[in-house]
Amino acid sequence: MNANTVPQSASPIRKLNIKKSGRAPFPFSAIVGQDDMKTALILTAIDPSIGGVLVFGDRGTGKSTAVRALAALLPEIDAVDGCPVNSARPEQCPEWAKDWPGLSRNTLVRKPTPVIDLPLGASEDRVTGALDIERAIAKGEKSFQPGLLARANRGYLYIDEVNLLEDHLVDLLLDVAQSGENVVERDGLSIRHAARFVLVGSGNPEEGDLRPQLLDRFGLSVEITSPKDIDSRVEVIKRRDAYETAYDRFMPEWQRKDAQLRATILKARDQLSLITTPNTALHDCAALCIALGSDGVRGELTLLRAARAFAASEGADTLERSHLKRVATMALSHRLRRDPLDEAGSSARVQRVVHEILP
Amino acid sequence: MSHAVLKSALAVFAIDPAAIGGLWLRARASPQRQAFLDCLAACSPPLPITRLAPNISDDALFGGLDAAATLSIERPVFRSGLLDRDAILVLPMAERCDPGLAARLAQILDNKRHSIIALDEAAEEGEGVPPALIDRLGLFVNLDGLRFKSILEPIEINAIVAARALLPKVRVPHMLVTEVVRACAELAIISARAPILTLTAARALAALSGRTMVERDDLTQASALTLAQRAAPFDEPTQSSPPPEEDGTEPEDASTQSDSLETKLPSEIMVEAARAALPPEILKLLVDARSLRNTVGASGSGVSVIGNRRGRPLAPRRGKPQSHQKLDLIATLRAAAPWQKLRRKFAQTDAQHDRLFIESSDFHVKRNKVHSDRVLVFAVDASGSAAVARLAEAKGAVEQLLARAYSRRDHVALLSFRGAQAELLLPPTRSLVLAKNRLRSLPGGGGTPLADGLKTALETALRARSKGMTPTIAILTDGKGNVALDGSGNRALAEQQTHTLARAIRATGIATLIIDVARRPHAQLTHLTQLMGARYVALSQANAKHLSAVLGATLEG
Repeated sequence: MNANTVPQSASPIRKLNIKKSGRAPFPFSAIVGQDDMKTALILTAIDPSIGGVLVFGDRGTGKSTAVRALAALLPEIDAVDGCPVNSARPEQCPEWAKDWPGLSRNTLVRKPTPVIDLPLGASEDRVTGALDIERAIAKGEKSFQPGLLARANRGYLYIDEVNLLEDHLVDLLLDVAQSGENVVERDGLSIRHAARFVLVGSGNPEEGDLRPQLLDRFGLSVEITSPKDIDSRVEVIKRRDAYETAYDRFMPEWQRKDAQLRATILKARDQLSLITTPNTALHDCAALCIALGSDGVRGELTLLRAARAFAASEGADTLERSHLKRVATMALSHRLRRDPLDEAGSSARVQRVVHEILP
Repeated sequence: MSHAVLKSALAVFAIDPAAIGGLWLRARASPQRQAFLDCLAACSPPLPITRLAPNISDDALFGGLDAAATLSIERPVFRSGLLDRDAILVLPMAERCDPGLAARLAQILDNKRHSIIALDEAAEEGEGVPPALIDRLGLFVNLDGLRFKSILEPIEINAIVAARALLPKVRVPHMLVTEVVRACAELAIISARAPILTLTAARALAALSGRTMVERDDLTQASALTLAQRAAPFDEPTQSSPPPEEDGTEPEDASTQSDSLETKLPSEIMVEAARAALPPEILKLLVDARSLRNTVGASGSGVSVIGNRRGRPLAPRRGKPQSHQKLDLIATLRAAAPWQKLRRKFAQTDAQHDRLFIESSDFHVKRNKVHSDRVLVFAVDASGSAAVARLAEAKGAVEQLLARAYSRRDHVALLSFRGAQAELLLPPTRSLVLAKNRLRSLPGGGGTPLADGLKTALETALRARSKGMTPTIAILTDGKGNVALDGSGNRALAEQQTHTLARAIRATGIATLIIDVARRPHAQLTHLTQLMGARYVALSQANAKHLSAVLGATLEG
């Protein structure tokens, strides 16, 4: 995701014009409301090390729309032309891809940040990659056919209905997401490649829960609902309708807004390393996590990173309490022990505690 | 559904199938359904119609390498996928469609280049089209109980073609957009896809009438096709708790309702149209099926214990790759290796020397172990005076089980029997949220229809088993059944029926546990336990913690 790493190769960066059949996705800025979800996604774009985003909410509230819009919103990345794992530098290309068809090591292309859909029923082979049957039979070579994890490297991996995903796939994704590396030891292959991606999962909590181990691995979680007032709902429908029926008139205005947002993200990435973190902020983080009883230090770390990214997006140079307060719910609500008797839900609990601890 | 409604559904679909997403057609395989589909094909839709197999593989959908052909001619042979070209996909037995396929089809629908006709033949309670699809299919048509054959005279093709040409020019006035949104809010429809699809349908209807401006009538007609199936059930005499009030749907309802009292809103007409399209009992059935599907769908339907797509790998087995089995290439090559010399010797002389000799007997297929989900069917005697407390404890136990259950793949169902009959309060679910919503208030008191309780428990368990889950039945009772299956107070008949059902349960081989909550154990229940081949636990003072511990142990065992 580091767009600034331009290697010192003589050849200029070629702009890759991927003309997708059909139209651009619905613009990110044109999504009405859903500020928490949009903020969470933007924070991970500023600092991917925050970890994944979990979006829980009803159907038709714009979860998929937002994630698909990300691809068009995010700053482009420079990658080695034809590299199956989108390597930023020629020397990062994995060994098994050295005579990959279409790979030209000395050319860099600028392409959109990958946002890869992981369908629910996907087999392990398709996710991790497997033996390339075509090459095995036609040429008698043992070679690797990369899977979705390879394509998602340096980008986003989106799982709709993540709560319905099969357990063994969940375990596998967790492992890769944590280590940043995909290791395939099967079919007589021993392959590894970088797989650093932001995991975005969405789902409807009425259809099943996520295991706490998995919940904890997501950096941020947001709950979304439909807008509550008729006017915003009308606005949702009108924009969507305009996108579908008057595409050419609708897009330019919002693409401009997307471009502004993109500039903000790029600026915030630069700003991120300049932000100073006063000790009081660290105290606030710890106090909050203790009061909420969240296990482990993952909560504190994520809270801190998310707050820094938020501060960067605001153009601040010092981390302040207001930044922490803004991201506390999304960074912590999914880390609490579940209480079957608590009807209000964990978001409300976090808000209550934030209110008490950080007045 | 009236014929006029059917006709407008056909027209809307035929004018722009991709924009409307698709059609949810609820009908058994019947001449009527065929007539309807024929009519649709006769409308010359702009996309070709392709029929999907219910268990279609990814290769067939997206295309891929044809392994068998590739092996035999030693050159990669690719098969194109069904989705490579835009089409109207007919999905038979959509109620059995597994969530994986539904997710991929939903992904495809989002590109707005395909359209799906989901043939829903759901007969049993608990079957239903996956919600991910329902949300994206614009139209709903219900042919059940409809007798017609001649009524669907083919629609004027010229009119459809003209409408298709006019469609891009059709506009919707701002006011009408607001009304659609209001109507959706009033029907407690959360998804934003609903109003969008309603507008799409209304636009098609306007074009059909040769207009370039959508009028209120178009919207009213459209909402009968697009909104009814999404509405939450209304007029529910049986359910004591109101529909879930979380997520702010309630305040919204309240505000719209107060609005509608002040001024007679046109959106009401739309709501009425949507409601008139489906009688309440069908709507309730659909909604129930939907929520049931939500929960059990998670684990796939009809999965055998050893499948070949999920779970950890097992040793490969000899056999040709069939519809959804995968070839294990390494095992196949390994099996072929020892015979190479021999086969080369007996092969035709002009064969190349470096050629691999693979015969069909070498084929091995992959197998994976599938963990079958477990479901606990918990039947609670809610009769008599102690009922309320007992039910509350049962509810507590269910919630505790679910709160602990995510690491295991456990589902819990809760049914209570009291008064005249048993009632399934909570269909099999893994969701704590759903359990809480459903079990908010539980009625108690009255007679003890133990027989009906056993019957409902057995049915629920069998239904779960048909979906590939492993059911366990736990019955919390004092064993003094006094109401027969027909609801009468005939003790002798009630006892006889109870015993018959107990033997039936034993015959299925489903593990059963009886929790005795009577103060003193008595012969009736001991006898029943023996008949059922059940385990017996006496728990005269059941509390939620004890209960969940006992139930948890049962699941493990």
